[in-house]
Amino acid sequence: MALLRYESQVRSPLVDGTKDYHQVTEDICRPVEANPSKLWWVGFLISVGLLIFGIVSVTMEVMYGTGQWNLNKTIGWGWDITNFVWWVGIGHAGTLISAILLLFRQGWRTGVNRAAEAMTIFAVMCAGQFPIWHMGRVWNAFFVLPYPNTRGPLWVNFNSPLLWDVFAISTYFTVSLLFWYSGLLPDLATLRDRAKVKWRKHFYGVAAFGWTGSTKHWQRHEALSLVLAGLSTPLVLSVHTIVSFDFATSVVPGWHTTIFPPYFVAGAIFSGFAMVQTLLVVTRKVLALEDYITMEHIEVMNKVIVLTGSIVGIAYLTELFMAWYSAVSYEEFAFFENRLNLDSPYGWSYWLMMGCNVLSPQIFWFRKMRRNLFVTFFMSILVNIGMWFERFVIIVTSVYRDYLPSAWSTYYTPSIWEIGFYMGTFGLFFTCYFLFSKFFPVIALAEIKHILKKNGENFKNNMGEVEEESTEEFGHKHGHDHGA
Amino acid sequence: MAVKKFVVGNFDDEAVLFPAVKKVRRAGYKIHDVFTPFPIHGLDHAMGLRDTSLHTAGFIYGITGTATAVGFITWALTVDWQINFGGKPFFSLPAWIPVTFELTVLFAAVGMVLTFCYLCQLAPFVKKDHFNPRSTDDTFVMALECTDKTSEAEAMSFLETVGAKEVKIEYKETEWWIGRYDKDVKLFHKEN
Repeated sequence: MALLRYESQVRSPLVDGTKDYHQVTEDICRPVEANPSKLWWVGFLISVGLLIFGIVSVTMEVMYGTGQWNLNKTIGWGWDITNFVWWVGIGHAGTLISAILLLFRQGWRTGVNRAAEAMTIFAVMCAGQFPIWHMGRVWNAFFVLPYPNTRGPLWVNFNSPLLWDVFAISTYFTVSLLFWYSGLLPDLATLRDRAKVKWRKHFYGVAAFGWTGSTKHWQRHEALSLVLAGLSTPLVLSVHTIVSFDFATSVVPGWHTTIFPPYFVAGAIFSGFAMVQTLLVVTRKVLALEDYITMEHIEVMNKVIVLTGSIVGIAYLTELFMAWYSAVSYEEFAFFENRLNLDSPYGWSYWLMMGCNVLSPQIFWFRKMRRNLFVTFFMSILVNIGMWFERFVIIVTSVYRDYLPSAWSTYYTPSIWEIGFYMGTFGLFFTCYFLFSKFFPVIALAEIKHILKKNGENFKNNMGEVEEESTEEFGHKHGHDHGA
Repeated sequence: MAVKKFVVGNFDDEAVLFPAVKKVRRAGYKIHDVFTPFPIHGLDHAMGLRDTSLHTAGFIYGITGTATAVGFITWALTVDWQINFGGKPFFSLPAWIPVTFELTVLFAAVGMVLTFCYLCQLAPFVKKDHFNPRSTDDTFVMALECTDKTSEAEAMSFLETVGAKEVKIEYKETEWWIGRYDKDVKLFHKEN
């Protein structure tokens, strides 16, 4: 096999076991082509149940207003925007894996990118619900779009971070969807060509857009993927930066800090990878894909978690330092009284966040822990709880005791409908994920085949012998005559 | 509708396919297309396909997005309806960077994907022929287009000598969906 580059023997293979191309196709298509298991039905129905609970909760909110959520005059964002930022954050890992790691030529991304991208899309769908329903009069939601209207036309405020959010989230969703689906086309074509039942032939026939695998198409597909990756890389960084602007451009103590953009982006990658771990540790087991999502993949992602968790930790400490160093009494009150003081009404949430996000990931400095599935799964849940509390701390503790003590409203407690809305987005997320894992290949087939001869276990061992002529050199020697 | 004749060789290893493409082109046969289950880097050059200009299209779409955003916001906030936001200038470009950036990315991505689908003629409900359904699984399929001068028997035995596992003759109707890249393909140069 001609190789593009030499892969060090020291690195573990990314595909375990003795496999050829056909075996890869069989392994990855099997879960899609088999009937859904009982476990799948149980999970799916629970998700649909949660989704229905969510729909009921949202209906209550639409009928009676955001007061249904026990929001009050100072705490106007409460759980709702906490959930929004949390879900958007989770939606960052997919594009990070598929775009940034593509540019960095990280071979391991191929095992996890398809599922992570799907997760991104579903997470952004969930995130989008919160600001939309938070509007209260949701039937006026289209007011956020700059369209010619009868009120002037009065345009939207392009100087406002809340409007930047509209553009950032909708662009992010669209581009992620395009990136994901264009990558799926060849794999859907594989399913189409393997289909034996009529509905399957038709369904995947329509979904695959008539993909053939022609060399010219592959050439364009490669160019498209690369440029989309190049576009998505700044995009993914911009999205959480803009979300952080929602806070950072305000003058509320605790929000008004310039560290927010990098701190939010690191936190987003942190929680995103945690969610990828939660999903993939289960998926690889249930769909028997351990050969493709190997311990190597789990370990690498755990390394990302300990890195980003520590970045987030430094950001927390920097915030505290700046609150003290600024010598602004309001800043000091927000950080040292409202957050750091364990005896204050929300002190517990700050320390919960510190424990989950900064202290607990440090366990991943140990290789044994990084390669332990139970620890990984437990930690991924813990990180997501921690990251939820980070947003809760930012949103609630900054405003519940503001400049006017008579307006202080300690103990904002969410109502059942606010909790129901949050649960409902879990329902939406997992309903989508269950459908995805049933009808689409959860691993990028073509990309795995592409790396198989470099990183497959049975090929890696005898790689020294097979390396003869680099394809690039071959291409340059023969027929590569631009400008000739 | 005219019917075209193809000699189709199936390969099971890209390491065999590469030199085969080279030899087939050198022998003067016309490769209609090679269908592969995954992208093989350098195969496009080996086949003599020209580079794609999709990147350039993406750049143009991106620039269009930038211009649209800056132009529209400038017009809306400085000409059409001026609003005083906290005493800031009407033309406050730094505050428009986020929206401008997002629209640049949006236009580039959407435009490129649509162009990609147009160029490759991919869309829902489109059906195309790729000679062997295994070509999306584990088989590399090389289709040679036969002209009046081509001797099929010779072409078939030639494909077998360069490593094709299974060779057969197929007839296809010439519709746009078989795809023709005549203009793209550069003839093989002897000096190489």
